[in-house]
Amino acid sequence: MANLKLTDVSKTYGGSVEVLKDIDLDIQQGELIVFVGPSGCGKSTLLRMIAGLEKISGGTLEIDGQVVNDVPPAQRGIAMVFQSYALYPHMTVRENMSFALKIAKKPQAEIDEAVERAAKMLQLDQYLDRLPKALSGGQRQRVAIGRSIVRDPKVYLFDEPLSNLDAALRVATRIEIAQLKEKMPESTMIYVTHDQVEAMTLASRIVVLANKGIAQVGTPLELYETPNSEFVAQFIGSPAMNLLPGEIIETGAQTKVKLADGGVAISNVPTNADDLGMQVNVGVRPEDFVSATDDFIFHGTVQITEALGEVTLLYFQEVNGNPVIGKLQGIHSGLRGTDVRLTADPAKVHLFANGTSLLYR
Amino acid sequence: MSPVLQGILTILIGVGGCIAYFYGSNLILDKLIFPARNDDHGRNINRATMVRPWLFLFPALFALSLYLIYPVIGSFIRSLYNRSGDTFIGLGNYVQMFSEDGFRTAFLNNVLWALVVPAAATFFGLLVAQLTDRLRWGNIAKSLIFMPMAISFVGASLIWKFVYANDPDIGIINAVRDYFGMAPIDVLQIPFWNNFFLMVILVWIQTGFAMVILSAALRGIPEETVEAAIIDGANPFQIFFKIKVPQIKGTIVVVWTTITILVLKVFDIVYAMTGGNFATEILPSYMMDFMFRDDGRATAVAFVIMLIVLPVMIWNIRQARSEMR
Repeated sequence: MANLKLTDVSKTYGGSVEVLKDIDLDIQQGELIVFVGPSGCGKSTLLRMIAGLEKISGGTLEIDGQVVNDVPPAQRGIAMVFQSYALYPHMTVRENMSFALKIAKKPQAEIDEAVERAAKMLQLDQYLDRLPKALSGGQRQRVAIGRSIVRDPKVYLFDEPLSNLDAALRVATRIEIAQLKEKMPESTMIYVTHDQVEAMTLASRIVVLANKGIAQVGTPLELYETPNSEFVAQFIGSPAMNLLPGEIIETGAQTKVKLADGGVAISNVPTNADDLGMQVNVGVRPEDFVSATDDFIFHGTVQITEALGEVTLLYFQEVNGNPVIGKLQGIHSGLRGTDVRLTADPAKVHLFANGTSLLYR
Repeated sequence: MSPVLQGILTILIGVGGCIAYFYGSNLILDKLIFPARNDDHGRNINRATMVRPWLFLFPALFALSLYLIYPVIGSFIRSLYNRSGDTFIGLGNYVQMFSEDGFRTAFLNNVLWALVVPAAATFFGLLVAQLTDRLRWGNIAKSLIFMPMAISFVGASLIWKFVYANDPDIGIINAVRDYFGMAPIDVLQIPFWNNFFLMVILVWIQTGFAMVILSAALRGIPEETVEAAIIDGANPFQIFFKIKVPQIKGTIVVVWTTITILVLKVFDIVYAMTGGNFATEILPSYMMDFMFRDDGRATAVAFVIMLIVLPVMIWNIRQARSEMR
């Protein structure tokens, strides 16, 4: 139950290899913050720095207004759930969950009560006397979560907790975590994942990490609807947003862009007269494309179709090295090899110059 | 023929014979007995696969039964005969042995050895493995501690004879005593405690073995469980004793029992250091006292040793097997 404040935090290994720099982040009590980013972007490292498992090379980390850079992990009031569960294999579920309290020399009655309560919350009551090896993956992860609940921490840290589970279990456990958060609205949680579905569904705010720093912070829908850069635009959403090069030919409350391929895009992103002739990338999400009759943003021949049932994905020729992708609701058979014209609602057309969104200039 | 040539010839015949056996028998199996052609193609391949393990295991099984099982039975029978081996005396050798002071001393000393040496070697091995784990020069330290493993027991005993030497200019114990103005003593003649001075030698040799195995086991512990314990607030001692040691318990038992079995076989140290005098006799050296002079007695002692080692060995094999799973 705490606020977290990261100021100018950085991480270097061996004094020369810089992994993270200039991380500024304010986390309010009760938030569920998700760190996402491509692999190797340092999201786990950042979490481990908050946990105290990695030293903070520069800047300060405050929990509840107190600088904790040099406070050992156990005294920071945090609990962590690991990707590999990290259960103690030689201890029963009960012993696993009570270990921290035993170390802290809490009275036995208090330990028992805390364990029972957590076990009930996670439906682990029948398994308390089993060893971890006698549990399924999902149950193990619940024990790991129970182990942190028992400690009643200020901040929960989750390091890719669902990556070791199979697809069906992952969805079920994701919903369990969402329900857990609802039962404990006061608790602050930080969650690292590379799975955007987890990020979109669980987060109150998402932190996109890239290039050693924070690319954008916002609610899931903010990131989806108004990404501040091409990187965030393409990272959030699947398949990734299409980027088509063009030149601004009309400015004002709405902006008109003539595309290199001959199409014309109208966007609700406002521009001023100085922007006329500017080289931009027009961004359209595959799901925002609709088929057009006369005016089109893009037209091409369908090279591959993927029928997923609820949607049909259309793959066109490559632009800037990536195939243009359209996503149509429902089943559309027989489109392969045909010529298709696509357009989009001006409210859903993004404009980027030099990688940055024109909305965020 | 010169011994060198003889040695080379032996190696050539031995290794060549092995290759010839495995290659030749495999060839006969595949080409002559179960050839993979015609109608029985698939069935013959399966049959050959079933026979092959026995074919390849045969030399080992044969040698083991010839040189292990036969001697065990032979020894037991010999132990039922008198000194010259021509009169059957039943359990006479055993009865006489158990009534003797020398055997009782050897037996009790051996119990002491079997308790102290494996415990000490495993403990020090574990300690060294943990302490050198994160050090940059840890590998050099480990190599040095492992080195006594390469020395024969007699060689090690000779080294320690110098360590325990009476002359303050040679023995370190008496050098220290001399520095404080005390008269030199012969530690190998102090009753009862001299046993421990002999055990030190075997601990010195075996710590390296325990260290190597336990160090590998410690590295196999998932790092996350240690990190979880750090977050749970455990201090380094609690992490070591409550998280790490329980996770390598199986390996510790294997190391412990392996050294126990070794302890029950070593006679060289006692033989070379005291010759069994000053009440330092242990069972294997006690056996050596009778060997070639009263084979009935010697085989009886050997049989007692085997009966003691057997349960430890079975436990050891069981543990090692469950470790592999």
